[in-house]
Amino acid sequence: MGERSVGVQDGGSDRAAGTSVGIAFDGVGKAFGDVVALDGVTFEIERHSRIGIVGPSGGGKSTLLQLTAGLLEQDVGSIEVEGETSTQGRLSRCAMMPQRDLLLPWRTALDNAMIAIENRGVSKNDARAKTRPFFEHFGLAKFEDVRPDALSGGMRQRVSFLRTLMAEKDILLLDEPFGALDSITRGQMQEWLLRALGDVPRTVLLVTHDVDEALLLSRTVVVMSARPGRVVTVIDANLQTEGLSRREIVTSPEFIQLKESALEAIE
Amino acid sequence: MSAKASEERAAEAIPAPASAPKRMSGWVRFWRTYGLAILFVLMILVIWELWIRIFDVPKYLLASPTGIVAAFQKDWSRYLLPNLWPTLSEVLIGFGISVVAGVGLAIVLHLFAPLRRAVYPILIGSQTIPIVVLAPVLVILLGYGLLPKVVIVALICFFPIVVNGLDGLRLVDDDFIRMMRTLDASRWAIFRKVEFPGALPSIFSGMRVAATFAAIGAVFGEWAGSSVGLGYLIQASTPNLQTARIFAAIVLLTLIAMALFGLVSLLERVFCPWVSRGGAL
Repeated sequence: MGERSVGVQDGGSDRAAGTSVGIAFDGVGKAFGDVVALDGVTFEIERHSRIGIVGPSGGGKSTLLQLTAGLLEQDVGSIEVEGETSTQGRLSRCAMMPQRDLLLPWRTALDNAMIAIENRGVSKNDARAKTRPFFEHFGLAKFEDVRPDALSGGMRQRVSFLRTLMAEKDILLLDEPFGALDSITRGQMQEWLLRALGDVPRTVLLVTHDVDEALLLSRTVVVMSARPGRVVTVIDANLQTEGLSRREIVTSPEFIQLKESALEAIE
Repeated sequence: MSAKASEERAAEAIPAPASAPKRMSGWVRFWRTYGLAILFVLMILVIWELWIRIFDVPKYLLASPTGIVAAFQKDWSRYLLPNLWPTLSEVLIGFGISVVAGVGLAIVLHLFAPLRRAVYPILIGSQTIPIVVLAPVLVILLGYGLLPKVVIVALICFFPIVVNGLDGLRLVDDDFIRMMRTLDASRWAIFRKVEFPGALPSIFSGMRVAATFAAIGAVFGEWAGSSVGLGYLIQASTPNLQTARIFAAIVLLTLIAMALFGLVSLLERVFCPWVSRGGAL
């Protein structure tokens, strides 16, 4: 099972061999009734890069994620996800981690984390055996058989993230993953995710309204406007994070400078 | 991640201390939950008894609590027990059928939207027909045996189970379904792993409501034509002014309904352990 573990690329790289474009949006527009959520969104995401999308609430950021995942169909424009353009094809390439952890309350932490494996037709016992080793690495050791209501908010988000990873999709869509946590836990989780994503060569699309979070966790930050959502600017946030704590990163002059330009673009 | 760090993380979620001080013996908890209700009932019984004794109310007009106890002693083997079994089986069989049919129909209607649109309005409309008037029709159709009573109990219990089941299935959060779709879940997997368990508490609510109706259904059925059952016993005792016996039969009907209600609550606790109901039966 070692070669199919989280963080090691396999089938994904064969499927998309020859292309370095992970996701491409071209003139994407989406309206709900009279409300235009997205208008003329065009940008490309390199394969295995990490992109943060920031913007004011109600700016169609979540809609963009749902379009990417093929949960919604765009009104105009095209979306290409590793060569797939149909909603079904897009769905097969993306795993989404929602803002609320959405753990099933009747399943234990382990059974929640393994649900994607189970959905592929693997037996419960095999799925458990495959998922169990990751609990230690995710700081969840000994909590395998605990139901979600007995876990803290941070632990629930980690189970949710593990569940997303266990889907073994090449593209991770994180929709305000820590939006529901208090700011201290959020900081800890950001630091933790920064390390966790470092081991995972995947394309990550992170939606957040927290500029710090976007700059910290992604290499490129796309700033979007409020309704209708348009791309305002793209910021290259290639900060040095190796070996640095979250506190050291977010208080560095480079970080402050990038934050200033991002906040300016949002205004 | 170091072992120490994961230990620290582990510490943030240990649930034990919160529940430890709350632990008390079963009797103490029982008394805290139901004590006042029991006292209230006892108070009413005492007032009732005193009223009848002080104002010398004739026995055939209103039975006293002690008179009902006496009726239980006198009539148990001759009248009450032989009529308890037929009613109990009508209730249990009818309720069982309504659970299977009600949950089954709710699932089918949920999974096939066009069918739901076709059937649901008719289902609601059918509830405007009073079951009381259906009872004689069913007796004509199905005879004087067990069958028409079972059908009436099932009809009366069916509706709350279908409606609650359907609501429970429909009100499952769309975000859960979207999450499951990005995790490669088939329609069936979404139903089995998310929608059905999510709807279970709601299905049990419907069953609890239905449990309180079941005994009423059996009595209606027996009144429309029967020679056995507690409903029949009440009917047959009325012209003879056997008031205490009537009350004893009513007590038994109430006990049937309460036992069924308790059974449903127990099953819910077994099948939905994640739902916390603070002390409620």
